[in-house]
Amino acid sequence: MIFEGLAEKLQNTLGKLKGKGKLSESDVKAAMREVKLALLEADVNFKVVKNFVKNVRERAVGNEVMESLTPGQQVIKIVNEELTKLMGETESKINFSSSPPTIIMMCGLQGAGKTTHTGKIGSMLKNKGKRPLLVACDIYRPAAIKQLQVVGEKVEVPVFAMGDKQDPVNIAKASIEHAKKHGNDVVILDTAGRLHIDEDLMTELQNIKSEVQPNEILLVVDAMTGQDAVNVAENFNEKLDVSGVVLTKLDGDARGGAALSIRAVTEKPIKFVGMGEKLDQLEVFHPDRMASRILGMGDVLSLIEKAQENFDAKKAMDLEKKLRTQQFTFDDFLDQLEQMKNMGPLDQILEMIPGVGSKQLKNLSVDDKELVKIEAIIKSMTKKERQDPSIINGSRRKRIAEGSGTKIQDVNKLLKQFKETRKMMKKFSGMEKSMKKRGGFKLPF
Amino acid sequence: MLKKFFKRGKKDKEENIVKEEETNIEEISEDKEEHIEEPEEVEDITTESEIETEEEIEPENESDEPEEPKGLFGKLKKGLAKTRNGITGKINDVLKNYRKIDEDLFEEIEEILISADVGVNITMRIIEDLEDKVKERNIKDPSEIMGLLKEELEEILLDKETDNAINIEPSPAIVLVVGVNGVGKTTSIGKLSAKLRRQGKKVLIAAGDTFRAAAIEQLEEWSNRAGVDIISHQEGADPAAVIFDGIQAAKARKSDVLICDTAGRLHNKKNLMNELNKIFRVVEREYPDATKEVLLVVDATTGQNAIMQAKVFKEACEITGIVLTKLDGTAKGGVVLAVQSELDVPVKLVGVGEQIDDLQEFEPKAFVKAIFED
Repeated sequence: MIFEGLAEKLQNTLGKLKGKGKLSESDVKAAMREVKLALLEADVNFKVVKNFVKNVRERAVGNEVMESLTPGQQVIKIVNEELTKLMGETESKINFSSSPPTIIMMCGLQGAGKTTHTGKIGSMLKNKGKRPLLVACDIYRPAAIKQLQVVGEKVEVPVFAMGDKQDPVNIAKASIEHAKKHGNDVVILDTAGRLHIDEDLMTELQNIKSEVQPNEILLVVDAMTGQDAVNVAENFNEKLDVSGVVLTKLDGDARGGAALSIRAVTEKPIKFVGMGEKLDQLEVFHPDRMASRILGMGDVLSLIEKAQENFDAKKAMDLEKKLRTQQFTFDDFLDQLEQMKNMGPLDQILEMIPGVGSKQLKNLSVDDKELVKIEAIIKSMTKKERQDPSIINGSRRKRIAEGSGTKIQDVNKLLKQFKETRKMMKKFSGMEKSMKKRGGFKLPF
Repeated sequence: MLKKFFKRGKKDKEENIVKEEETNIEEISEDKEEHIEEPEEVEDITTESEIETEEEIEPENESDEPEEPKGLFGKLKKGLAKTRNGITGKINDVLKNYRKIDEDLFEEIEEILISADVGVNITMRIIEDLEDKVKERNIKDPSEIMGLLKEELEEILLDKETDNAINIEPSPAIVLVVGVNGVGKTTSIGKLSAKLRRQGKKVLIAAGDTFRAAAIEQLEEWSNRAGVDIISHQEGADPAAVIFDGIQAAKARKSDVLICDTAGRLHNKKNLMNELNKIFRVVEREYPDATKEVLLVVDATTGQNAIMQAKVFKEACEITGIVLTKLDGTAKGGVVLAVQSELDVPVKLVGVGEQIDDLQEFEPKAFVKAIFED
């Protein structure tokens, strides 16, 4: 649901603009007021909002828009460009040291998700062929060390701990030696959560930094953070010169304005985003795609990437063809279900599809448990029925319901959803054409 | 380990602790019976929490008298110092720069409130009311705005002042603690159980977070510190079953208060909210006579999403109060105004630090006062 609310708001506002042939100054002013409110409600820091709105207004009220034939599109373009600028323009990855081990230090407020993300990053690097070592430097919070040990065990990455009686600086130092001896090429330091105004603890981080010279200092920030995100980011950055940000809990419905704020004040890249409690739910942050997503254009590229990881390439090609030609059947649907299971929660995937705004998603409520039911229903259909759902009449429905242990209403619901899916697919192919006209934006379907 | 924990910000108290340790030996030996495994640590903790008790008694009694806000609210005020300096300081700066009351002035105030996470809607409401009052009373002097603004904020917090105290009377009572991930549920439970125990209650904790790694160990540590009993299962167990066992144990042991931890969950996760609803139903069914309090823990650094959290959790488990944590940072308490006014769920407790006694009762009047006192 990332930024969904914000996207909806901007779409509503800019939708009003779309209808008009030409834009007056007052139109732009009204639109910008909406943009401003939407951004504020999304927890973007008010100073950042002010600048943003000013920039967009300046550009929008100029000739550029007035003389344009499609002023609405022009405004969307400007808002998009400015948002992208704010988000940073390139994606970032971990800076690996030329002489291993690479040292990554995690820091942030209490409860941001440092320990969990230490585990997630460790797991990700391990899957990329690295040999990471997780280090328990949180000696304050009860059971924090134990938590990291459990996390490490789950992702099968070794954890270095010296109990909670040692100074974190010493633990960090000793862990580097340990890593060198045991051939670990990445060391990830999990530090205790602390307030950015807690001088003693901030000094502790500075000491760790000067002692072990980390290659990466990642500030972990909760995506739900409000206006204070600016203060937190500013303070941590000032004291530690962080190299990047990990934005966590983005699987919630917070609009995530904090991401914009942090970028704007620190100019440091958001490198990763946390998308769930499970230890593989970590994604690389793509600022450019995120800006498109804010505008409701969907995170097409992320979808493709995800699909590539889990989808059978040939099957995907076939599916693409079928989608184009509207020959999508229940067999394909079933096939999709199987593959979807490997891709993660369905609503997350749907969100990434452009054009599937929040409104459409509301009609298409997706619950992972529902999938089991759907599977049963489809499997109770005959081959013929799966190929051509239009032949499913009353008595067939009854039989399918009985066969799958569901109610007729469930079968009806699925048939309706299937129809809607087909409709949606039709929309995509329509959209593709119009997008191509606008230029440059390629769709997976 | 514990010494280290308490060293943070408590160096000045260490001397006292050593002295008082001897005087508390009797009470400690009582506790030893319940916690045989780690007697040394328990000693430390109990001792300290006992000391807290003695230190806290005075100010707590004074809290009834509004003329003496420095005792109990001293800490809260300290925590709020940033908020106060933030809001009041900025407003005063603004007022100095304005000779008359005009739209620009209101816009500046609007920005200050929004930057305190008050939220767009309530900020608008406050500004509108402020404008009305300025007209009504024919106010010309910008400096009077300050008093009006304070009035406004108090109104929002006070008009729903049905009950800001935590509801655990009569015994037995059950407190269900819920919230999104990382807001401080487990820590708040540790503090709350210590607080209630200090008040002479027999407290039992149920470790309902069976999901997060080492959550049970974390709560066990807190139960040691607070010197209360804990009911726990294995990691991965059915949380509703833990709560069920907790209730049975509370009945058998005749506990005054059963405090139930739950796993952090994002409110948009349907299945997790269903799970919470199941826990809630178990409580309703198994402990119908108990006084119920369902506390939503909200991180003060959270922005407008806190309102959505409260809304959805209210639907799933009928929350009756809010615990606002991490108010000792630079995050403004503005979200309190939004939560209380839009959802009619009173803030009951405020977390202002990491120590075991850093949990305060929420007093709207004192809260607003603390915000505006220089």
